[in-house]
Amino acid sequence: MLRQKAFVKKTKSGKVLKVVKEHYLRDDIWCSAEACKECGHTETVLSATPSINKLFPLPHYIIPDTNIFMNQIDVMEKPQITNVIVLQTVLEEVKHLSLPIYKRVRDMISNKEKHFYVFSNEHHRETFIEKLKDESPNDRNDRAIRVATKWYANHIKDLKPQVSVVMMTDDAANRSKGTADGLQAVSVKWYIEALDNTELLDMISDSRELDDGQQLIYSEHLTPAHLSNGIKTGKFHQGKLGISSHNYLEGSVFTKIDGIEGTILIVGRENLNRAVDGDIIAVELLPKSEWRTTPTGVVVDEEEEKEEEESLKAEQKAASEHKEDVTMTDATKTATTTSALLDTPQPCGKVVGIIRRNWRQYCGFIDRKSVHTPAGSSAPINVLFYAMDSKIPKIKIRTRQAHSLLGQRIIVSIDSWPKTSKFPIGHFIRSLGEAGDKSTETEVLLLEHDVPFHEFSKQVLSFLPVEGENWVVQPEHFNGREDFRDLPVCSIDPPGCTDIDDALHVVALPNGNYQVGVHIADVTHFVKPGNVMDAEAASRGTTVYLVDKRIDMLPGLLGTNLCSLRSNVERLAFSCIWELNQDAEIVKVRFTKSVIASKASLTYEEAQNRIDDERMQDDITQGIRTLNTLAKKLKQKRLDMGALTLASPEVRFSLERDTQDPVDVEMKELKETNALVEEFMLLANISVARKIFEKFPDSAMLRCHPTPPASSFEKLEKAVARMGITIDHSTSKTLSESLDNAVLPEEPYFNKLLRIMTTRCMMQAVYFCSGAKIEQEFRHYGLATDIYTHFTSPIRRYSDVMVHRQLHAAIDSDISYGNELTDKESMNELCNVLNHRNRMAQQAARSSVELFTHLFFKNKVQEEEGYVIRILKNAFIVLVPKYGIEGIVYASAKAHKTTAAVDATATTAVATTTPAAGQPILVYNPETDSLQSTEPLAEGESPKIQIQLFQKVMVQISIDDDLKGGGEGGMRQKLKMDLLKPWVEGISVHGICNKDDPEAHAVTSSLHAADKSNSLKRETEAPATPKRADKRSKA
Amino acid sequence: MSRVELLSPEGLRIDGRRPAELRKITSTTAVLSQADGSAYLEHGNTKVLAAVYGPREARHRALVLHDRAIINVEFNVAPFSTGERRRRTKNDKRLLEMASFVKQTFEPVVVTTLYARSQIDIYLQIIQHDGGTLQACINAATMALIDAGIAMTDYVCACTAGWVEREAAIDLNHIEESSDTSEVTVAMLPKSGKITLMQMESRLHVDKLEEVLSLAGEGCKQMHVVMDKTIRDRAEDLAAKMAV
Repeated sequence: MLRQKAFVKKTKSGKVLKVVKEHYLRDDIWCSAEACKECGHTETVLSATPSINKLFPLPHYIIPDTNIFMNQIDVMEKPQITNVIVLQTVLEEVKHLSLPIYKRVRDMISNKEKHFYVFSNEHHRETFIEKLKDESPNDRNDRAIRVATKWYANHIKDLKPQVSVVMMTDDAANRSKGTADGLQAVSVKWYIEALDNTELLDMISDSRELDDGQQLIYSEHLTPAHLSNGIKTGKFHQGKLGISSHNYLEGSVFTKIDGIEGTILIVGRENLNRAVDGDIIAVELLPKSEWRTTPTGVVVDEEEEKEEEESLKAEQKAASEHKEDVTMTDATKTATTTSALLDTPQPCGKVVGIIRRNWRQYCGFIDRKSVHTPAGSSAPINVLFYAMDSKIPKIKIRTRQAHSLLGQRIIVSIDSWPKTSKFPIGHFIRSLGEAGDKSTETEVLLLEHDVPFHEFSKQVLSFLPVEGENWVVQPEHFNGREDFRDLPVCSIDPPGCTDIDDALHVVALPNGNYQVGVHIADVTHFVKPGNVMDAEAASRGTTVYLVDKRIDMLPGLLGTNLCSLRSNVERLAFSCIWELNQDAEIVKVRFTKSVIASKASLTYEEAQNRIDDERMQDDITQGIRTLNTLAKKLKQKRLDMGALTLASPEVRFSLERDTQDPVDVEMKELKETNALVEEFMLLANISVARKIFEKFPDSAMLRCHPTPPASSFEKLEKAVARMGITIDHSTSKTLSESLDNAVLPEEPYFNKLLRIMTTRCMMQAVYFCSGAKIEQEFRHYGLATDIYTHFTSPIRRYSDVMVHRQLHAAIDSDISYGNELTDKESMNELCNVLNHRNRMAQQAARSSVELFTHLFFKNKVQEEEGYVIRILKNAFIVLVPKYGIEGIVYASAKAHKTTAAVDATATTAVATTTPAAGQPILVYNPETDSLQSTEPLAEGESPKIQIQLFQKVMVQISIDDDLKGGGEGGMRQKLKMDLLKPWVEGISVHGICNKDDPEAHAVTSSLHAADKSNSLKRETEAPATPKRADKRSKA
Repeated sequence: MSRVELLSPEGLRIDGRRPAELRKITSTTAVLSQADGSAYLEHGNTKVLAAVYGPREARHRALVLHDRAIINVEFNVAPFSTGERRRRTKNDKRLLEMASFVKQTFEPVVVTTLYARSQIDIYLQIIQHDGGTLQACINAATMALIDAGIAMTDYVCACTAGWVEREAAIDLNHIEESSDTSEVTVAMLPKSGKITLMQMESRLHVDKLEEVLSLAGEGCKQMHVVMDKTIRDRAEDLAAKMAV
């Protein structure tokens, strides 16, 4: 073994430092070719008979260069590409350029079927090369690749069966140098073309071909050096671009302007200058004269009429997603709107450079209008791709299979966005299946929310107990555990729940107190820190619950069997045992690992029935009754402390057994027993939080719910003030009281509605590491407790797994644990990951509900009562409590083009003065935060039509599939809501009638018109109840 | 988690070694003519000079032990030993601590009872620093003591081992040391296998300790072979000279 030394100079953070590193060159790095007898390898990666390509006479191994991986990673991942030698030089360069791609390369390398071998050429005596004088690092690396290829070519030339190596590079100069050295060199395109596979061909990213525009559309981005200089001097501002979900040509950056945090608005294609949502960009402020006052202008592009319609559609899409941006964004939005109200122009800017792209793969569909070739043609054409995410601009891709991809959901990734191209240029990756199909759409929503849903790998499963299903509690498990098998433990869960992670018991003590125990599945007994299963669970973060399926965090064997606290089997548990007195005050608390045998697994309903059924007098039932009374006391105490009772419109679908199609929707019902379980879980979480914080003051995993900023309540406060209700949100207690008092006798749903809307003003609860915040910030606002964590659901949340480990370390000083429990930094990182995963899981769950709502409303038109929950500039959002759905209703005529077209005859029959398309019929009035009709008003007269928050309206719900199969609306499958009551000319539609029969329509609609004008009066009068009128005159 | 990949999935460390491989070791003895014994040792890029004076009369009467010699260790790091020039004061606690480690290591091995009422001085100077200073110092001191002809029961061979990413590795260099790696230094008497020093400053999972320790032990044995060869070569050289 020969050793040599190489000296490398390196600079670090401004300082010039000479770093001397040793570099040992080796003779024992093997070629890993199966047929090679010369090398001392024991296991080989490269097969003896690799595939043959028409271009080359011999079976061959491929040696790609860095750019092949950087640009064509999608192609490389295809199963057709096998037997690749990944050079260390290449791998290191890839890692340096892009970590995500590096990860994907590593995944391929670990996949045995791909036969990817890493050749550590930089440590090999014969393939290591010194950098020559005046040689750039890139040139050196290219030469290193050639040298390694040459070495391989020589090394394997005498093998039987014969094989060769092929260098794959898109760099023509490198290719020609390679050929000059007597190597076989090829570009990806040639190689793939010789494979005769259209799908693969589509996946080659080749930006030159798509870049047809010669004229410059965008201005040049500045160089990185220029940018960092500008940012330092304060000329540019750096931040992450967030595109408005209403309009993809409008974005904003949250950054510091002259030391004050603020948002810079970026409006229009030119100003956005090729930035895509999520990119880290550098922005230059525009002169003050170009600042805008309103953040929600609709952009009109003269080059493309579709544009406007599109942005409206985009808005439509956005509307249904509104419920997603519940907290933070809402807060900022309200803030921006209020500033708009004050008429101060918002700072506007333009993108001067991109610091880091944040492109990912996008799910979406091909625009039918952009496919111009006759059906069946397989000539390559350029088509436009719409991403499901409305924040993403259209992407131009080149495909040979446009026709077969129409109507399908596909995945596309962006390759580049040259300044001559209006749209970013990308390439096709794969097709997910028919649009509208349940499984396809589910996959789309999982992908869009970044939910890892692949099967657990063999490696992960190898960490399961070897006994599998037959695992039972063994005598040695009792070491360090208490035996609670005789206690009357039972579990209460929703029906159909298979991952039972909590169980309860209560025993009356001789002194009149109660011993109450919460037993949580002991997941950490099976999931040891640092192993592959643990790492997988940590990266999944949480189990994701969709309407029709569950994406598990832990393999099913653990989640639904070995950890699940099922009845009548012995299971390992982590128990929290309190002594509570008659007033449900904690006298003592202790934690212990234990073995339990649950006596019954009940559903909420069964438990409730047991409580109510007086004939039942067994231990379990008695216990549940005791727990129930204790829970009520606990709840009362909590409410007295100022805990909030909030609400969200959650629905449950009844699914058809075989097809899993939704047949009915119902609101989720809450029973007393739900509260019972909840109370004890809260109690356990709080007790555990205190314990682990005591043991790990710097690194305990806790959960907090920040106090919402006053600004997020502004709008709501104003709206309810009109009804004579005040909301005091200074503390959670006052807020809870004012919510309790906010009851309108004539509107029973009002209180619930108010709670729903208050929920949306809240911040999101987050995990954090106790060392990262000051103790005052630990507070959980919603639960009104000073410290909180998650301990009770380790099967479905990774945070709880960490808390279990910390608690175990806190109660048992003998156990050994690594720094994963004590390292503040890594704990912080983990918290961020978990918060992200949780948010995504929530959104995915909501999207899933949305998807099923769509399926439910497919081919249905329903008329329902709804409430206005939000007013936008040119639209308002209606919540229909019965289905828990929200929809947007437009205040301008343009949005109803399709309806208007169908109703053409009807409209002319009824109203001769339909406003011109695009013109708003209802105008936003910032003073009252309402939309009102535009007729001229006399002093003091209120407008004829007014749409306000909380107003009750009738809407017609249907699925917007007029353009099914190609148009955007159909592909995005949006729920459409049309206003029925109050009747507003040009906006409202008529009740259910046969739209295909214009005559019948004309008759009914004229009838309706007469009818509606009456109801209109009623409606406009209705809000002016005496009480409110008083308030207004006072104001 | 450190961002640097210390151990590639191919099983190579950043400098191209495999986990169980030592760095290149070069050593010579009798490099200083003034000292009674001296040694120069390189562990890769870590370079140490050791000088031994004594046994000689103790400097301070108060410290003299009537039945054995006292061992005095001074440890110093040259300001130019690292990439960034840094001067350390004489009373730097880390330097004193290091010196006391070395002292503790040798007290049971040097047969001090032979040199009653005297003092043995060991001066250690780090000339270049690239990780593993303590092991290098102990190894250099051993050779310098042998060179000085001071009676010892055995060689003292030291080696570090640590848990690098997912495997135990020996003889960590500076980059590996500085990325939050748990590191154990073991000083061993290779013939008896007795351990005279085991020092660790970071946390290491107890399950991994066994593996790390046994690897460090292996390292000590390898060190012994290298050091023994140098000493024997030197002795042969001297013998050859005396024969002339």
